[in-house]
Amino acid sequence: MVYIWVGIAGFFGASLRYIIGLFLFDADVYFPFSTLSVNLLGSFLLAWFTFKLVHKYSISAKWKAALGTGFVGSFTTFSTLSVETIVLFERGSLFLGILYIFLSISGGLLLSNLGFSLGKGGQTA
Amino acid sequence: MKLTLFHILLVGCGGFLGAIGRFAISQYVNKKYSFKLPVATLIVNIVGSFMLGMMVGVEVAESIYLWLGVGLMGSFTTFSTFKLEGIQLHVDNKWNIFIIYNVVSYGGGLLLAYMGFALGRLYI
Repeated sequence: MVYIWVGIAGFFGASLRYIIGLFLFDADVYFPFSTLSVNLLGSFLLAWFTFKLVHKYSISAKWKAALGTGFVGSFTTFSTLSVETIVLFERGSLFLGILYIFLSISGGLLLSNLGFSLGKGGQTA
Repeated sequence: MKLTLFHILLVGCGGFLGAIGRFAISQYVNKKYSFKLPVATLIVNIVGSFMLGMMVGVEVAESIYLWLGVGLMGSFTTFSTFKLEGIQLHVDNKWNIFIIYNVVSYGGGLLLAYMGFALGRLYI
């Protein structure tokens, strides 16, 4: 049964990613801002959610799987990041491709760490 | 691409299946094996990068891409869990594994996405 909840949450996570992508999409801009934005936001949310809500309010495993793995997990994406980088390289934008990877690596870790710290802080306070 | 309910539903239905697939693999791998590396996330991310690369290489129709690309493969792979696992390795001071995990994820993801893309290009 938990699989169905993960799937339903994944439905909403993926849809929201697509809708945000459409709003942030700009044909004149050569850089995948939309994927970067949802990935960074999701990294913060998952870490914060995992350490704040789950540890503090001891949410059930079902809700943790649905909201964390299903919703936020599907909201963010790795395959699109890989393919967008390859497409940037194919177009000859070596610099933008490397910048994209660099921002994803460092920004993702930074925001995940921020969510972790804020979540943990709330727990001990 | 435009914002219509049909397009959102296509992405959502793909996301439904992708999230279940990713969850099932992580449950299976974590129950059967214990690796030092978060292998389940690594597998889905690398396999998903290959599959999406192939779809982009083949230039599948827009509706198929929204369903299987943006929805299914987009949700099958994940960035937030990958980063959280990285932070957990950092907190546990497992620096060697942290570096290996990042290098293999990004290196493998890009390589497989390129291989999928190049393979897909052969068909058009």
